[in-house]
Amino acid sequence: MTEYSYDPKQVALLGQDSLEQAAAEAGAAFGRAADLDALAALKPVHLGERAPVSLARRELGALPPQARADAGKRVNSVRVQIQQAYDEALAALAAQRDERVLREETVDVTLPWDRRPRGARHPLTTITERISDVFVAMGYEIAEGPEMEADWLNFDALNIGPDHPARSLTDTFFVQPPESRLVLRTHTSPVQARTMLSRTPPIYVICPGRTYRTDELDATHTPVFGQVEGLVVDRGITMAHLRGTLDHFAREIVGAQARTRWRPSYFPFTEPSAEFDVWFPAHRDGPRWVEWGGCGMVNPRVLVACGIDPAEYTGFAFGMGLERTLQFRSAVSDMRDIVEGDVRFTRAFGMGL
Amino acid sequence: MRVALSWLAEHLDLPADVGTEQIDEAFVRMGLEVEEIRSTGADIRGSLVVGAVEDIEELTGFKKPIRYCRVRVGAEEVRGIVCGATNFAAGDLVPVALPGTVLPGGFEIAARKTYGHVSDGMICSAVELGIGADSAGILVLGPDVVVGTDARGVLGLDDTVVELAITPDRGYCLSVRGLARELAHGLGVAFRDPVAAIPLLPGGPAPYDVRVEDTTGCDRFVAAVVEGLDPSRPSPQWLVRRLATAGVRAISLTVDVTNYVMLELGQPLHAFDRDRVQGPIVVRRGAAGEQVRTLDGALRQVDPQDLLITDESGPIGLAAVMGGLSTEIVAGTSAVLLEAAHWDPVSVARTARRHRLVSEASKRFERGVDPELPAVAVARAAALLVEYGGGHPLPGVLDVDHCPAREPITLAAALPARIAGVDYPPEAVTGALTDIGCTVTGTAQLAVTPPSWRPDLVDPADVCEEVVRLTGYDAVPSVLPAAPAGRGLTGDQRRRRSVGRALAEAGYVEAPAYPFVDPAVYDAFGLELGDPRRAGHLLANPISEQEPAMRTTLLPGLLKTLARNLTRGQRDLALFELGLVFLPGAARPPQHLGVDRRPDPEQTAALLGSVPPQPWHVGVALSGQRRPAGWWGAGEAACWADAVEAARVVASTAGVELIVRAGSTPPWHPGRCAELLADRLVVGWAGELHPAVLTRLDLPRGVCAMELDLDALPPPAPAPAPAVSAFPPALLDVALVVPVEVPAAEVEAALRDGAGGLLESLQLFDVFTGAQLAPGRRSLAYALKLRAPDRTLTGEEATTARDAAVAEAARRTGATLRA
Repeated sequence: MTEYSYDPKQVALLGQDSLEQAAAEAGAAFGRAADLDALAALKPVHLGERAPVSLARRELGALPPQARADAGKRVNSVRVQIQQAYDEALAALAAQRDERVLREETVDVTLPWDRRPRGARHPLTTITERISDVFVAMGYEIAEGPEMEADWLNFDALNIGPDHPARSLTDTFFVQPPESRLVLRTHTSPVQARTMLSRTPPIYVICPGRTYRTDELDATHTPVFGQVEGLVVDRGITMAHLRGTLDHFAREIVGAQARTRWRPSYFPFTEPSAEFDVWFPAHRDGPRWVEWGGCGMVNPRVLVACGIDPAEYTGFAFGMGLERTLQFRSAVSDMRDIVEGDVRFTRAFGMGL
Repeated sequence: MRVALSWLAEHLDLPADVGTEQIDEAFVRMGLEVEEIRSTGADIRGSLVVGAVEDIEELTGFKKPIRYCRVRVGAEEVRGIVCGATNFAAGDLVPVALPGTVLPGGFEIAARKTYGHVSDGMICSAVELGIGADSAGILVLGPDVVVGTDARGVLGLDDTVVELAITPDRGYCLSVRGLARELAHGLGVAFRDPVAAIPLLPGGPAPYDVRVEDTTGCDRFVAAVVEGLDPSRPSPQWLVRRLATAGVRAISLTVDVTNYVMLELGQPLHAFDRDRVQGPIVVRRGAAGEQVRTLDGALRQVDPQDLLITDESGPIGLAAVMGGLSTEIVAGTSAVLLEAAHWDPVSVARTARRHRLVSEASKRFERGVDPELPAVAVARAAALLVEYGGGHPLPGVLDVDHCPAREPITLAAALPARIAGVDYPPEAVTGALTDIGCTVTGTAQLAVTPPSWRPDLVDPADVCEEVVRLTGYDAVPSVLPAAPAGRGLTGDQRRRRSVGRALAEAGYVEAPAYPFVDPAVYDAFGLELGDPRRAGHLLANPISEQEPAMRTTLLPGLLKTLARNLTRGQRDLALFELGLVFLPGAARPPQHLGVDRRPDPEQTAALLGSVPPQPWHVGVALSGQRRPAGWWGAGEAACWADAVEAARVVASTAGVELIVRAGSTPPWHPGRCAELLADRLVVGWAGELHPAVLTRLDLPRGVCAMELDLDALPPPAPAPAPAVSAFPPALLDVALVVPVEVPAAEVEAALRDGAGGLLESLQLFDVFTGAQLAPGRRSLAYALKLRAPDRTLTGEEATTARDAAVAEAARRTGATLRA
């Protein structure tokens, strides 16, 4: 490198005034930029190769070495200053741009999007599952059986002989021909008989399912209705266990305040027998006792017919109507709504519990 | 049974301040269901008096008969009253509401001018007084009432009426005697048995010749004769009123008395006109060809199993059910043969059922009547006839008694505690049993002889119930039993839940239908005559004669529900049902299966085999738009593919691989029907329904449906985990031209098999037919995603796999790469 003598004219751009002016002009120009494009256009003017600060840097070589270090520092400081002004302007404009873009992308989030109508499960199904879950959690199993059933299982095995008054009390659908000895089950109790015939105690089961009686459909009756029955056969089972089970069941299904009340009654397959009511505080007509179902200790004759020694085992059984449960729990005033399959009714229950 | 509380109160110490609520609770506590309990006359205010009709002026010129009556309502007081009823005569005693009286319903009586006369009060009917439904006319009172006195007492309008539902085991509660006993138990007060107050007729020679041939069917027969009755004597007002409350219409003193004694004691009686009975009475079973005309006028063919009361003329009564017309009490009857007997309950039940004739008598005999009662009841009836009919009994009573002595029931004294879970002290057990009339002996082991009126007490369990009942069901504590560890839901149960939930998530609404089917629907479906779906079981007594068959398919129910929703204005519908169908194929049931022990394995197998197969089916039905139009654009109609997809949803939820192939089964559209296979077995169909079927069913065109046999799906194998590769995939597309009749499923299967293990997934993204292709061809375009578990595939490896896939498709289906 050749040694030059110092030429003040040649290095005017390195003057402090010139540098400060360049910085001020750049800052002002960046600040005036309306958008990122304008800013981008200004960048070469103030930071590009022909920008004053760049030209000034080029002149550093003309300075004597002793002056060069000082001038270099000053040029750099100004360049950093301009770069900062640019970065700030860029950040501000980018933020403005981002904000604008988001604003422009705004939609009406309340627009509907139900492009596929929702399905629903029937409340009788979901209440059956809810009841099943309560008992499964206690270790019970869910027993099932056919709806068209042998009359021996529907009646005889349950201590309802051919001439038993109760046999004509329940209005039974009979299947042709009579020799088939088939009926549509009038209760889910034949499932209890099947369970006892197929296994040995201890037995803890519930039997949910469809049952049939020859009632015309009206606001309070349906010829096809759901029941859940429970059966426990074990050593040392007492009515106290029955009450404990019903109390727990009622609390789970009806609510924490539910409790049960018994009224002596008669069923051929249980002895002693009771009908039970449940205290339902949330009833739409005010808190009250609601008739819920029947229960009792399994009649030893039923145990004998199913091959279980009543001297060794005792048992309890209970049952209630699902429609009835649904009616008071969900304030359904007309039975027809439950059975007619109107999608408006069922959709109201959604996917269930 | 409906009864006035005042009648019950004659037999127990009813506390003076007891309210209807306590009565209600007391009955319920004893196991008698109270259907209604109400005070009579509580809503009548003012003067209701006994009036005597002095003379009647028939007013003419009106559209209906109108009478102007002069009625004496006091010693010095006669009022003019206009009345529209005609069932009374001058001299009759009637209830009169004086002006100012308010009758039930807030109806206030005022003196007013009508039909040209001032009516100064009202002569009342039972309906107007709120004591009965019989509005045939004015309530004419018996002769034993005093003119001008308050009529409330006479009419029973100061009483409480209780209506109770009696369970079949409690026959004795179909009587004042039984109900008073239970009410006394329920209130904890003393009971006085009416039987104890009735003196039996003095013994002596039989007053009539009676022979009982069937002493099993009739183990007690008691008869007495009352002669010299004045046929003109009416029943006293109190008796008529008590009958009316119970819903029994008054007929004549003799008939009323037999009905009254039945209500009072629970023993049905029959009164024959002695002079119309021909020769000796024989009690026997029926003979072939015999007939009897019963009191209801019906001529009935006698069954050889029917128990009969006969005389020389033949049957004169269907024993225990209804008397015969030929010997009934008539207007001039003055000699009465009273009969009370004890009949075999089973025989009575069968006769009543056979003749479809349920009477007050048969109801009681079926449920069991106290065999000690016949002699008491006859004595009671005879005494009433003597008192009110002026008759006198012939000396002597006929009493054929073959009643077996009651055997005691033996049980451990601790059994009630073991059953109830309550520590009953020994005296509580014996006390309760003694209270209900049992004789109890023993200490650790009890011998309990039930009272004669409790034929329902047979087993130790029956005795236990009485102990729990009398000591109160409320005393039983609440203890949750600990069940052994369970297995949870079965695989089938879990599967059904998942399938139901999956279909609902897929937009289907569950709609369980009745399983009753009109077989004509199978004609509408276009099923061939031999189609197994036509072989549904028939009900002997369907709810609707139109729908006697049990479903073999879910479609009729689903389509009916679909139609119902359509008529209610729901147009876009997707329904599903999970339910049983009822198939033929049951064996003959085993004969003579007892209940005294478990059926042996052979019998059990025969029993279970006699029940027809009833598999779970799942079905869907679709109509209208599957994806509705909206602000986003046009909607999409439900189509055959939605129905097929529903089957795929079911299968994948059930963990089963489903094969879909073209099928052709009514009621589906022959060109839009998919046959569904699992494990090489046809399990169902899906697609669009045949347009002609839809026309016949009055359903819109385009309805789609799916049904498959859920129980036929094999249980899912445990799913092996796939190797999930983290290396990048190679994505390649192929467009294949195939004859249009080649199903896409076959092309896809060929591509999968040909591509081998590197194929991760394959998607059909375009189906094209058009002029660019040769006629009868279509183009199927697939996106193949290839990936290796252990390396990044080279381009060469990927194309090799693709070429192999295409080659296999070409080999199997004649596919060519689209140029």
